[in-house]
Amino acid sequence: MGLISADDQERLREDFSKLTRPVRLLFFTQAVGCETCHITRQVLDELPLLSDKITIQELNLVLEDDTARQYGIDRVPAVAVAYVDGEEVKDSRIRFLGTPAGYEFISLIRAILLAGGGRPSDLSEEGRGRVAAVTMPLTMQVFTTPT
Amino acid sequence: MLAHEMAFASPYITSFAVEATEFPDLARMHRVSAVPKTVVSGGAEVLGALPEPAFIAQALGEPSQPDSANPDARKPEA
Repeated sequence: MGLISADDQERLREDFSKLTRPVRLLFFTQAVGCETCHITRQVLDELPLLSDKITIQELNLVLEDDTARQYGIDRVPAVAVAYVDGEEVKDSRIRFLGTPAGYEFISLIRAILLAGGGRPSDLSEEGRGRVAAVTMPLTMQVFTTPT
Repeated sequence: MLAHEMAFASPYITSFAVEATEFPDLARMHRVSAVPKTVVSGGAEVLGALPEPAFIAQALGEPSQPDSANPDARKPEA
């Protein structure tokens, strides 16, 4: 454990103790031509140490292209957040492209808590109603930077 | 991240957080000059971090709703 300070580890352990179902992070990577795959793996590898409800499944973008397509992933590093409901692995439809560091690390933690039933949705009741009215597939890309 | 919340709430919405500096081609393609910038497949865009009602309206390409974006705008003064 090197990337997360001892204090932050303690806070994350406490947050993750609220998870009510297992969360699986599908980490899409490739062996060559991915400068940030290594650091992304280091970040992700710290999380299962903080909760036995979190697992990482590493997938090769090229060799496991069926799964990549299923999750709409065409570049790496990428993380798709899934959760286990009963026996079934369900897609949260939350993705991360690039290293989940800085601001995106916080977003990843919040996504894990949301998918794993560890916190309620941030959306207001009105917001949930408007989102529930969507009946066409939509893909949203939120561009951010680490700081 | 509101886009993630929307994705989790709707089986039709998928949300990607994209680290712009790692994918300059995507950032260029979508003319990202400041972050956060949200690009939606239907063509809608949201610049900056907005309050939920305004963010959802812009992301879903709804006509702007000044009342819900700023609920206090038309309240009579107490």
